[in-house]
Amino acid sequence: MKVVLTACAYLSVLTTFGIVLILIFETLRFFGKVSIVEFLTSTAWSASFSGAQAHYGILPLVSGTLLTTAIAIAVALPVGLLAAIFLSEYASTRLRRWLKPALEVLAGVPTVVYGYFALTFVTPLLKGEVVPWFAPVAGLPVFNALSAGLVMGVMIVPTVASVSEDSIYAVPRSLREGAYALGATKREVATRIVVPAALSGIVASFVLGVSRAIGETMIVALAAGNQAHLTFNPLVSVQTMTAYIVQVASGDTARGTLTYQTIFAVGATLFVMTLILNIISYWFVRRYREAYE
Amino acid sequence: MTDSSAKIAQKGASRTDFKTSTSARHAVDGVFAVLVFVATIIGLIVLAGLVIDIVSDGLPRLSWQFITSYPSQILPQTAGIYPALIGSLWLLVLTGLISVPLGIGAAIYLEEYATDTWLNRIVEVNISNLAGVPSIIYGLLGLGIFVNLLAPITGGKSIISGAATLSLLILPVIIIATREALKAIPDSVREGGFALGATRWEVIRSHLLPMALPGALTGTILALSRAIGETAPLIVIGAATYINFTPASPRDDFTALPIQIFFWIEQAQPEFVQLAAAGIVVLMVVLLLSNSAAIVLRNRYQRRA
Repeated sequence: MKVVLTACAYLSVLTTFGIVLILIFETLRFFGKVSIVEFLTSTAWSASFSGAQAHYGILPLVSGTLLTTAIAIAVALPVGLLAAIFLSEYASTRLRRWLKPALEVLAGVPTVVYGYFALTFVTPLLKGEVVPWFAPVAGLPVFNALSAGLVMGVMIVPTVASVSEDSIYAVPRSLREGAYALGATKREVATRIVVPAALSGIVASFVLGVSRAIGETMIVALAAGNQAHLTFNPLVSVQTMTAYIVQVASGDTARGTLTYQTIFAVGATLFVMTLILNIISYWFVRRYREAYE
Repeated sequence: MTDSSAKIAQKGASRTDFKTSTSARHAVDGVFAVLVFVATIIGLIVLAGLVIDIVSDGLPRLSWQFITSYPSQILPQTAGIYPALIGSLWLLVLTGLISVPLGIGAAIYLEEYATDTWLNRIVEVNISNLAGVPSIIYGLLGLGIFVNLLAPITGGKSIISGAATLSLLILPVIIIATREALKAIPDSVREGGFALGATRWEVIRSHLLPMALPGALTGTILALSRAIGETAPLIVIGAATYINFTPASPRDDFTALPIQIFFWIEQAQPEFVQLAAAGIVVLMVVLLLSNSAAIVLRNRYQRRA
């Protein structure tokens, strides 16, 4: 019986090997046809063209990914952190018991639903088509990085909030009471004592949020569009790495073609980026964790 | 308190000496209290907005006919979601059959058998790392291995390829949930069993598994409902868009609810977008049902504990 159970556990290692091998294998075949220098430095991505017009520079896809990620984090980090402070420092135990699962529902909504929401509600809202007197960005195109990023930010709020809250909650009472005894107010205790003491967990939640945003697919595929631009303007359509993979995969792509290999090369880039972030987060928590008795 | 946190606290205090005006400080406190509250409910407001938006778009289109009809590329009026619903149910059952035994087995090994060797530490780090891999990467794995390499067994872009891909995706979640449930069982249960002469496996089968099951099941159902909502990996392995038959075996081509919804949104014409909203309502009802099952289980479990 033990052998069977051991095999189950080692299957996970096999999964990782599978991912790494398949990405390396197809990416190497891709680099057999496209030079690695072109891939890493060219500023144009037009893989759907053929011949001399085809460019395989990953930078526009990376910039699209970083742009939507930055918008999402600009929403998720402050909102998630403040929510974590509220849940841990301000909310009563009963309110907390209700609010935490309610917030977690946000993380359970399928991303295709968020994509629908971003495309059919948030973009029209920002353009002023929903509420006539409210039009912050009147000339917004149908596909844009802004609404995709904003909705993605809301999706990530529970991740940031719950990881931050765990570490804020773990700060011992004595630290708070010490500050109160010195005459600090509740906000001063929260922002100057508790948050600095819980910083390692907060940074980990931030890195985790970035990693979720980079790998997020359906929201950007639906709402950010399919035009690979090297730009950091949130008001135009961009294509992320994940959206490109979806665009190619939803058409018919035969195995062994260059197009088939591009999605693995893009996937490998994405995998390396999220892996680095996960390692940073893991390392940061271990290195800077405050241990309290 | 450790040195570094003492330093942080010191720096915070010396940088901004407390203002002497208490009323001003309390005023800022009031603003801050409102701010943190707003930040907490902002997510819930968006959630409410999302549900209202989708229900108001989709409900007029929702009917029994919608649930029992096949999709159509030209006639949105008569299009339905039947094959996608059946496809999702197939995926749910097969994914459950593959991932639950594997996940629970792996958790039992790691919690009850594994000793602290470097190999087992790699397995542990690896599992938490896999949980952070984007779902679309699992799609690429499924495309490379289940769809292409194992095509003679799986039949290519089939239900079983989809279920296998989703299983690998949710395995880390199931393993982590089951381990938590096993960890919560006091050692006295194990020792009692051993004292009566039971082998490790007998203790696991007769006591640990039944005790851990509710907790493990809750995590498993949550993981499975995540699998039902997953779109990206299924698109990558090449799930079909339009299917005008009901899949009859695991090796058949298939479509699933989120895929159908995605392609309806992509059609851009308002009639199709409305179909997408109606599809989302169906998907959300399926998710709500499975999540309620998880909550009922959890509550029963907590009462007994």
